[in-house]
Amino acid sequence: MFSMNEFGNNLYSGKTSFPFVAKRRLWFIIAIVLIVGSALVPLIRPVQFSIEFTGGSQFVVASPATGADGKPDQSLATDAVRSVVPEATAKVVIVNNRDVRVQTDQMSALQTQQVTEALSQAYDVKVEDITNSFIGPAWGENVTRQSLWGLAIFLALTFLILAIYFRTWKMSAAAILGLLDVLVITVGVYALAGFEISPAAVIGFLTILAYSLYDTTVVFDKVRENTTEDANQTTRTFGESVNLAVNQTLVRSINTSVVAALPVGAILFIGAFWLGAETLTDISLSIFVGIIVATYSTLFVAAPLYSLFRENEPAIVAHDAKVHEARQRSVAAKA
Amino acid sequence: MASSTPTRHAWRVLLGLLLVTAALFGINALGVYGFKESSWTPELALDLQGGTQIVLSAQTADGSDPTQEQLDQAAAIIRQRVDASGTAEADITTEGGRNIVVQIPGVADQETRDRIQASAQLEFRAVLVATDPATEFVGEDGKTTAFPTPNETMNAVPTPKPTDGSDPSQITEKQFAALQSFDCTAERPSTTPPADEPLVACDPTGSVKYLLGPMELDGTVIDDATAGRDQKSGAWTVNLELDSKGTEVFGDISQRLNANRIAGLSPRDQFAFVLDGVVISAPVMQAAILNGKPSISGNFTQESSQTLADQLRYGALPLSFNVESSDTISATLGSQQLQIGLIAGLIGLGLVAIYSLISYRALGWVIIASIGVMGVLTYIIICILAWRMGFRLSLAGVAGLIVSIGFTADSFIVYFERIRDELRDGKSITGAVEDGWGRAKRTIYISKSINILAAVVLYILADATVKGFAFTLGLTTLIDVFIFVIFTHPVMQLLARTRFFGGGHRLSGLDPESLGAVYRGRAQFREAQVGSAGRAARNKGARNEAEKRQTIAERKRAEALAAKGSSDAGKDSDS
Repeated sequence: MFSMNEFGNNLYSGKTSFPFVAKRRLWFIIAIVLIVGSALVPLIRPVQFSIEFTGGSQFVVASPATGADGKPDQSLATDAVRSVVPEATAKVVIVNNRDVRVQTDQMSALQTQQVTEALSQAYDVKVEDITNSFIGPAWGENVTRQSLWGLAIFLALTFLILAIYFRTWKMSAAAILGLLDVLVITVGVYALAGFEISPAAVIGFLTILAYSLYDTTVVFDKVRENTTEDANQTTRTFGESVNLAVNQTLVRSINTSVVAALPVGAILFIGAFWLGAETLTDISLSIFVGIIVATYSTLFVAAPLYSLFRENEPAIVAHDAKVHEARQRSVAAKA
Repeated sequence: MASSTPTRHAWRVLLGLLLVTAALFGINALGVYGFKESSWTPELALDLQGGTQIVLSAQTADGSDPTQEQLDQAAAIIRQRVDASGTAEADITTEGGRNIVVQIPGVADQETRDRIQASAQLEFRAVLVATDPATEFVGEDGKTTAFPTPNETMNAVPTPKPTDGSDPSQITEKQFAALQSFDCTAERPSTTPPADEPLVACDPTGSVKYLLGPMELDGTVIDDATAGRDQKSGAWTVNLELDSKGTEVFGDISQRLNANRIAGLSPRDQFAFVLDGVVISAPVMQAAILNGKPSISGNFTQESSQTLADQLRYGALPLSFNVESSDTISATLGSQQLQIGLIAGLIGLGLVAIYSLISYRALGWVIIASIGVMGVLTYIIICILAWRMGFRLSLAGVAGLIVSIGFTADSFIVYFERIRDELRDGKSITGAVEDGWGRAKRTIYISKSINILAAVVLYILADATVKGFAFTLGLTTLIDVFIFVIFTHPVMQLLARTRFFGGGHRLSGLDPESLGAVYRGRAQFREAQVGSAGRAARNKGARNEAEKRQTIAERKRAEALAAKGSSDAGKDSDS
């Protein structure tokens, strides 16, 4: 039977070892394919921005009466909107198999009130059960601008802190490149799933930033430990030290991503398939995907990148040469 | 029990945690029973309890960004308006240097919306009549009768035509009826009165009601308004500075009103500043003021003069408000979302617990207990923050809390994996707990600081929705580190000394044997090789020379088993 303990033991001792560093060319090619793929997603399926970004009015009728097919009649909503603003185009969808969501162009306050009343009559629900929102087009713009500023400042500060803590800017650079990889792929998957980019999704992406860097930092701390301790030995090359560190923290990486993904998965499952809660579903999908991609990226992108960045430093080249020499000697001695 | 120093230390730390928790509950109890302001349940944000949120952006006349001071003042103006409409518990905050967020429980009617959105209107009007606020009189029959309300039959056309703003011919029969029947305690109409017609208004306390002439100047002519002391009398005054147009028009008005004063035509020597339909000041004109620098004196305190100066200055600001977004969330939907969040949280918690138990056996209970302590602390802190800082838990905040379950569990995973690594190196369990702690805490501190940094940056820069999330994420990360130091580690120190964990029972999650440790038995000293030779042995493994190492390990394990077999014979039965 497969035992996690035994697996952990073998990873720790080096008996089992995944070539995160040695096969890095392959991992980088895969990463580039994923990134390019994610960047191409919008060509196949244009990214949908939620009403918060485009501006407009939105109405949600909670649990109206259902028709013969077990779903509310969408045409009632279109008619209700037309009865107030004849030329309006209304985008009507059933959300969570239960509620009717109507999105229109921006409406005046009076029109909003009238549409709410018309909808309450059409679906025979109380006015209080209809949620209405109106969002000016400037809102999304502001949020996006603020988020980008937040991103830039956060990255700059993180770069500094990690560079000071690890005493090399190359670790910061590898961690942040790994992070960008996570963001691009997550947005790509998110878009591919056909979800709208909403403020809640933006919150999700921002959380992934935090999570991804956190995850990378934990693994890099072990890398730092191994590479410093191995610096005076002739048993492992720099790349091998990095690789061993990543392998030694692999059980932790797996456990962490499972444990972090479980509660988020619970929200996602309940949100998307059971009761329906847009905000929660949007946040959890981006975080769920992000956690998995972040774990992958730390192992297959950030760590190999770090090794690549440092391998050409004279001290490390000298150390690696010594290691190879010692090995040849031991082979020669055996022979 | 408390024999060795680490044990005593651990008990002391745990006692500290108990005291901190008790203190937090005590603080909230004080808030609930002492101040009657706090509650034992967290306050919910609008999206969870239902209500209306309107985000307004303040627009200046020249399109520049308003200063924080202007924005605060604008928020204060809006707060007055919302209060005037009788809406309870409105929450008005400024946000992001440009926006004002108004949150009102329940559905906001159109009138409230209009009132909130209207731009601040400061008007200068001459006083025609000043009277007490009564709306009824005792008639000849001895009964209390309400003053007649204006109706169509009353004369509404002034004869002769008024010549200036103070001309009493403006007081028509209809106007007078409007004045007499006006109720200062009633809601003010949201519509702005026409500038070229007389206006009925009250002072802020509702103790005087006025009939005012048409608007003669608006607030934009005020360049500045400051509170200061009169050089001679030392009394607090409010000093105005008018622009050139204001100086000219005000000069004419002051001459007219001053003449009225000399002629004894009170109250037509008074001049009213009207802000949003309320007379904030109606001083008597004491002289003709031709230099554009009138000052208002009266029974001012420093505070009241400052308030009036602010009202004049900011009421004069040509700030208007655009509705940036408006959300009405039905209470049903809000409570539904909360319910979903809580169910998802519980399921998530259950899954994490199950996984922890499978992965770490009995140690999983340490994770579960830590998350439990975390839950209690987070809950009480959120209650206290709701009381002291007005923190409200939003849906995004709930998501933050659920996500934090996983993030919290990770600190323990890092710690336990470290302990296991130390065990694999052949250390004793107590030793592994201490050394693993030493290494794990470094990792936890740096990685959690990155998380806190992210939360702080998000909190400072983000809008209200993201703020709630960033706040809970930052808060839980801090609590997480706190619990890690003050709960998990001491508990591990104590557990390491129990027979079950310290003896490395098969189900303890710390069984050195299944962790592949080079076990040497408790009585034996580790050979002085772990630093170099032991590591070297492992290193060979890394070079695919595992065979050789394997035999060493096997030999050691066989030895260990032999030693253990004799010393720990009765172990399984009592653990």
